[in-house]
Amino acid sequence: MNLMSPPPRKLGRIHVPAVTLAHGGGGKAMKDLIDDVFVSAFASAEPQALEDQARFELAALAAQGDRLAFTTDSFVVDPLFFPGGDIGKLAVFGTVNDLAVGGAKPLYLSCAVVIEEGMKIDELRRVAQSMAAAARQAGVAIVTGDTKVVQRGACDKLFITTTGVGVIPVGIQLAIGAIRRGDGILVNGLLGDHGAAILAARGDLALETEIESDCAPLHGLIDVILKAAPGTRTIRDATRGGIATVLNEMAEASGVAIEIEEAATPLREEVRGFCEILGLDPLYLANEGKIVLAVPPAEIDAALAAMREHPLGACAMLIGHAYPGEAGRVTMKTAFGGKRIVDMLVGEQLPRIC
Amino acid sequence: MKFADEFRDRDKALTLVREIEKLCSQIEVTKHRPLNIMEVCGGHTHSIFRYGLEGMLPAAIELVHGPGCPVCVLPMGRVDDCVAIAEQPGVIFTTFGDAMRVPGSRKSLMQAKADGADVRMVYSPMDALALARKNPDREVVFFGLGFETTMPSTALTVLQAEADGIENFSVFCNHITIVPTIKAILDSPDLHLDGFLGPGHVSMVIGTAPYEFIANFYRRPMVVAGFEPLDVLQSIWMILKQIKEGRAEIENQYTRIVPEAGNDPALAAVAKVYELREFFEWRGLGSIDHSGVRVRDDYARFDAERKFAIPNIKIADPKSCQCGEVLKGVLKPWQCKVFGTLCTPEMPLGALMVSPEGACAAYYQYGGVKRQERPDTVPAAP
Repeated sequence: MNLMSPPPRKLGRIHVPAVTLAHGGGGKAMKDLIDDVFVSAFASAEPQALEDQARFELAALAAQGDRLAFTTDSFVVDPLFFPGGDIGKLAVFGTVNDLAVGGAKPLYLSCAVVIEEGMKIDELRRVAQSMAAAARQAGVAIVTGDTKVVQRGACDKLFITTTGVGVIPVGIQLAIGAIRRGDGILVNGLLGDHGAAILAARGDLALETEIESDCAPLHGLIDVILKAAPGTRTIRDATRGGIATVLNEMAEASGVAIEIEEAATPLREEVRGFCEILGLDPLYLANEGKIVLAVPPAEIDAALAAMREHPLGACAMLIGHAYPGEAGRVTMKTAFGGKRIVDMLVGEQLPRIC
Repeated sequence: MKFADEFRDRDKALTLVREIEKLCSQIEVTKHRPLNIMEVCGGHTHSIFRYGLEGMLPAAIELVHGPGCPVCVLPMGRVDDCVAIAEQPGVIFTTFGDAMRVPGSRKSLMQAKADGADVRMVYSPMDALALARKNPDREVVFFGLGFETTMPSTALTVLQAEADGIENFSVFCNHITIVPTIKAILDSPDLHLDGFLGPGHVSMVIGTAPYEFIANFYRRPMVVAGFEPLDVLQSIWMILKQIKEGRAEIENQYTRIVPEAGNDPALAAVAKVYELREFFEWRGLGSIDHSGVRVRDDYARFDAERKFAIPNIKIADPKSCQCGEVLKGVLKPWQCKVFGTLCTPEMPLGALMVSPEGACAAYYQYGGVKRQERPDTVPAAP
């Protein structure tokens, strides 16, 4: 479906409480599902028509930069709704952020959904409306999509794939291999909120927390950073695998060693406590609104000040530096005065026996 | 974080490290060789690596990472038995998270789950019992694993299952007991230990009296230690003090948690539900007499070993694996011939690479600083 081009058309209505295989059959039931749940939620001010592709004026894109950025990501999360967000919000902001960390201005998204037979229409509608609200917040348009329904048990309620297109303004050259010795390593705020919120929301822990996901679109913050610190070497969002994974990728790609300071690594007290109880390391917890960036020494203060002025960077910290040590090695000075290696995570973190 | 941050104070740590250095210089033997201090418990190993304690201590102290991770000392054959139970139709097999990755001879529980077995991670045996209540048409098996730390909670769950008349719950009992293991280590001819950090969580249940033989018979000091970094440093200092003064005693540093006499209700539940096995096989250490427990006849209907056909085949550890030498402190993890090459956390050959509490996995992930470079050789921040 293409939601961008004329002429306007009458939208169908869906009258059953749950998704059935008929909604994936390509007929009227499917059209009604798409119209009622997705098209009505994603509709933009522009007239729409269903085409097999979205169409863009190249001149309008070219006016905004000199390179197209293009990314895709699939979202599978249990539960679908969690404190601070849901799978829909995650699918929009996740892809927006994948564009933003390359310095791109995010413009358009596609949305492909795989729905498990039996999913409640109301839940699906909530997800679609959340996606629409997230897209409005991020200033992007969801312009094309796809819907599939699979038999009960063939997927876990709902999988969403979003693909994003954006434009990179002239002059922005972020690259993970560009970090130099002496660069500062910065983060924009408290770490691990998303991972802890999801684990707690799964409900199989006898733990009550008020931790909320940090799910947020980061291109506004990144824009501010790049204006204040144009020499910024690289920016990565620290999603799955947490900042430990990002730091290892940075150190390896740039051939530097990175050392961070535990005392300077911002953590919410609740997340610290949560990790203590479960034997988890917050450096490996997922985030959905956090970036790690490397900035040349002369621009560290400017980058920090700019971040702290922005609502999504109020708790920004300089957490460490790139060093001329063993290339690819990440270490942490513990707040206690010791030092340890921060390696890549193997598999997923599993709670310890005692 | 109250009750934790008080035990992570950097200034107090540096003071303790200076005191430890001073004591080391007053102990004659350190002029010829380092003092070998074994932390028996995997929780200590984890804490030592997580806070970088090895790198803070003087070279005169060698920490030996002992056998106290129950996941690490699980023989391969027992993992095969778990997989065999989990793969039986109608079974929900429940386990603590870090046991999921331990390799069996065919597959781990995680691989069995991927192959279709209903393996679920739980946080306590009571969660497994709740699953049994919710699924009366399924057999729910709990993988009972761990030292005296986790043994009482499994025993209390069995007693609860009995009180509630639940028929579809059983325990695959692999609980082990620490005292015979320490004794086996002390009897090992290739061992040179100067003292022990005693297992804090185990001692919370059994108290300190069961360790007296270490001081009385083997003339080695032991300090029952807490798990915060200051606990560990203070306990090391207490061991050194004993060595310097020529004493060998069992001291309790973890008094805020560990009662000298142990925990009576926990011990009563343990005594009611379990009896000692004649032998139990340990990965890397071989069979140790009276080192494991089994479910008593009175509770046979909650014993998975009697409820299910279990292969119970002994699988020898891979020949290249030197877990045993590492567990006894004869080798440092990186001295094992397969460390970091054939045996990594991604593809563990030996169990010490599996659990984050395992000495090899901890060394692989957190360690390596002391042996590769001392912290003071890292260039200063620009």
